[in-house]
Amino acid sequence: MPDLDDLGALRLSLELAASVTAILLVIGTPLAWWLASGKSGMRRLVGAIATLPLVLPPTVLGFYLLLLMGPEGPVGRLTQTLGIGLLPFTFTGLVFASCLYSLPFVVQPLQNAFETIGKGPMEAASTLGASRIDAFFTVALPLARPGLITASVLGFAHTLGEFGVVLMIGGNIPDKTQVLSVAIYNHVEALEYTQAHWLSGGMLAFSLLVLVVLYSIGKK
Amino acid sequence: MKGISARIAVDFGGFDLDFGIEIPGHGVTAIFGHSGSGKTTALRAIAGLERFKGHVTVLGEVWQDERIFLPPHSRRVGYVFQEANLFPHLDVRGNLEYGRKRRGSGASIEETSKFLNIGSLLSRMPEKLSGGERQRVAIARALVSNPRLLLMDEPLASLDVKARREIMPYLEKLGKELNIPIIYVSHSPDEVASLADHLILMEKGRVIASGPIFEMMTRLDLPLGQGDSAESVIEASVCGKDIENHLLCVEFSGGKLFLPYQNLEVGEKVRVRILARDVSLALEQPEKTSIINILPATVEAVVESSPGQIMVKLSLGGTPLLSHITLKSAKMLELSSGLNLYAQIKGIALLK
Repeated sequence: MPDLDDLGALRLSLELAASVTAILLVIGTPLAWWLASGKSGMRRLVGAIATLPLVLPPTVLGFYLLLLMGPEGPVGRLTQTLGIGLLPFTFTGLVFASCLYSLPFVVQPLQNAFETIGKGPMEAASTLGASRIDAFFTVALPLARPGLITASVLGFAHTLGEFGVVLMIGGNIPDKTQVLSVAIYNHVEALEYTQAHWLSGGMLAFSLLVLVVLYSIGKK
Repeated sequence: MKGISARIAVDFGGFDLDFGIEIPGHGVTAIFGHSGSGKTTALRAIAGLERFKGHVTVLGEVWQDERIFLPPHSRRVGYVFQEANLFPHLDVRGNLEYGRKRRGSGASIEETSKFLNIGSLLSRMPEKLSGGERQRVAIARALVSNPRLLLMDEPLASLDVKARREIMPYLEKLGKELNIPIIYVSHSPDEVASLADHLILMEKGRVIASGPIFEMMTRLDLPLGQGDSAESVIEASVCGKDIENHLLCVEFSGGKLFLPYQNLEVGEKVRVRILARDVSLALEQPEKTSIINILPATVEAVVESSPGQIMVKLSLGGTPLLSHITLKSAKMLELSSGLNLYAQIKGIALLK
């Protein structure tokens, strides 16, 4: 059976995935909208940067984030000046790093969804008296609903399953930064295969469920 | 002037648009031209969907000048797109209410649904509508948003022949009964002949001519008045019925015309179309002929439209009529402007 630490890891993982998904939906939606419909020449560069975590090894991302948020890094200096302290090895730091890591998994489906809508419905809305903001909420967002669902599920699942970045930034502190994937690694290291099975099997079942849900939405 | 005045200039590099119009604040104005002539771009600029240099003034309201650029949602414009562009997540009523909620107090949804015969579709989703129904809903949606100007961008272009026939009567009704001006973009001479009161001709991003439809269709210096498909459009009013011979009599400045019977009221305004190649000429009033429409006419101009082919512009009591004949016939008749003769009209089609 999973022990108390495992339950803590599970709770932490769910908290982390939920906060990251929520933050990314708020940040990622306008970003994806801008990438899909903006006219600025900066779009390609920003699009590439937002996709970078997809191809970068998580340890590389984790390493640079560690330097960035460390006492000598610019983010670290800022957080210290603001009185927040240092972010590495805290839950906040974990959320920050995970947001960057999971960004493309939220932005890409949203961007695709917005691009699929095309200019037509938005132009129709504007000739019917809707401002751009109004049309965004009453036309673009409702039409992008399948993309929003895909983005949430992918963002959540991907954050839940990450390992490299978490290990670099969060370390392995039970009840503070020790998430499920790290807990599994610990169990295997300690040859506690039964507990590793419990957690791994649970993750496997969860991932499968997510994909089934995702595909059944896509089919509709 | 309480009309519509617009000038839009833009250089796309390789294609420059310089579009200037002054049109009356009522009736249907058609912008006619081949695809790529810039007519849709001009329409989009009037709506504010594209931002170019220029000015747009509609019925005394400035929508755009050197300092002002009203975004589309601040211009009281109704826009019917080539693809209906209905909101797929809202049912027909939701689509109609979208504009009404934001602009308010236009025609009511019930009234407009009746006008376009979409009352039974109100609770349907757009994906369940046929192409023709979709376009009718799109027109209704534009109308209930209380526009001061209705813009229509080839609303029939993406429809099949059957759906076009289904919509045409509604468009004609729209032109007759609506008291806001309509600008209608089209590349179909048939649609233009049936719907437009005023015609703007575009070519390669320029307005090459504009004027009342009856004059424009018969101007020998414009593409419409040249070639085998040239036609004249005449506005007339119903003056009688010959039930026995199954004929309808219509009257205009040049006299009376008989056409296949249609159940119309006496006094009703109609528009008839006469192909230039269906008009032949005779110096003396022909007798004992099968042709029933023979009217006195005066030659106004004679132009060789293609080798061996002559386009003659006639005046029938002030109403212009084209006749397409051979060079040989023209020589035989010794045609010259001012000559009085008879026009024999072999075929007439009723447009509305």
